[in-house]
Amino acid sequence: MTAHGPFSPRDWVSHPAYVDPGYKSTVLRGPTKPLIPLKQTLSEMTGPVYGQESVGPLDHDMTKNARINGEPLGERIVVAGRVLDEDGKPLPNTLLEVWQANAAGRYIHRNDQHDAPLDPNFRGSGRCVTDSQGRYKFYSIKPGAYPWGNHPNGWRPNHIHFSLFGPSFITRLVTQMYFPGDPLLDLDPIYKSSPEGRRELMVSKFDLDVTEPEFALGYTFDIVLRGRNATPMTE
Amino acid sequence: MSLKQTPSQTVGPYFAYGLTAEQYGYNFNSIAGGNLTDDETEGERIHIVGRVLDGEGNAVDDAMIEIWQADAQGRYAHPADPRGSNLAFKGFGRFGTGTDPENRFMFDTIKPGPVEGQAPHITMCVMCRGMLSHAFTRIYFSDEANGEDPVLATVPADRRDTLIAKRVETAAGIVYRFDVHLQGERETVFFDL
Repeated sequence: MTAHGPFSPRDWVSHPAYVDPGYKSTVLRGPTKPLIPLKQTLSEMTGPVYGQESVGPLDHDMTKNARINGEPLGERIVVAGRVLDEDGKPLPNTLLEVWQANAAGRYIHRNDQHDAPLDPNFRGSGRCVTDSQGRYKFYSIKPGAYPWGNHPNGWRPNHIHFSLFGPSFITRLVTQMYFPGDPLLDLDPIYKSSPEGRRELMVSKFDLDVTEPEFALGYTFDIVLRGRNATPMTE
Repeated sequence: MSLKQTPSQTVGPYFAYGLTAEQYGYNFNSIAGGNLTDDETEGERIHIVGRVLDGEGNAVDDAMIEIWQADAQGRYAHPADPRGSNLAFKGFGRFGTGTDPENRFMFDTIKPGPVEGQAPHITMCVMCRGMLSHAFTRIYFSDEANGEDPVLATVPADRRDTLIAKRVETAAGIVYRFDVHLQGERETVFFDL
């Protein structure tokens, strides 16, 4: 084992199976043949490096990074947390890319046909980088729920999409952060694609210490990526 | 290990204004796109072009493809590379299938050199709406000595050609065709990474 790997396997208890009939689009899009094992080489133990230099001054603040003629509408939020590996080791200088719907539950994406208003002052995408302790923080507007065609009267719970690389290309993770107490969670096949006991790891916690007085409600969301390979007890 | 991995979720249909904003014409800069090269990049210029096909053979129009590769000398721009990182070639590309009329992904890059006794290859990450977890595969090149490659050797012989991009010489340059079959008889080999 070196400082750079190999990495522990993807935990297929946490991660959803490729085909999950509750989420209909997986039926034709999820690979069905067994994955082929691959002993990690330098190609797997390396990955794109994007640090602080890849983030602009307003990238971490979705309440400001797309203003045209005023402030975006909705409930201001602060999302803060740490990026860790499975051993609890903080992962510094790690890029997080985030995107979400606006307060009305509408995405700025051209293909979103949901009949809810766009906000001229909100795009809903940004990024930030973890500090030396693995901490990150960004500002946004609480995203609204929105309907989707997966099943009758289906609604996605409020969520923010997250994309991270971590220390190598194979530690890559794309996930969604949810909000505590959302009644739509138990009805959502995407959230429920990860089993009970693990799916809760995607639900942020309301945190008064992160909440900024007179300004924005705070949520804490820690993200855990793959660690180094399990080491023998003697080490 | 004390903590559990945060579960993966689908990238969904609306990633473009966050992850591939420049390519799709949204007002936000992108960390990476389909062109991995600049005028100074050393190596054989190639284009990698393909589609992502679902279980009925239809092209997926909301997939995002990422590639990670070594430079022409087989070095990675990463501190783990013992030969020292080549900072002039980042080696990362990202492209969504929603802008081309045929829903192709397209990368302008250079052919990587061999890495640690393996045949030249590129690591690819596939994600789309309808994939709850991403999938990793590799692109090999039809004109290289792939017979000696230790990873290909572990792949059942009748599935190896799903990993080999076909070289075509065109007026626009050297094109490697590489389609990703998510399912079906020709399902692409995905690795347990």
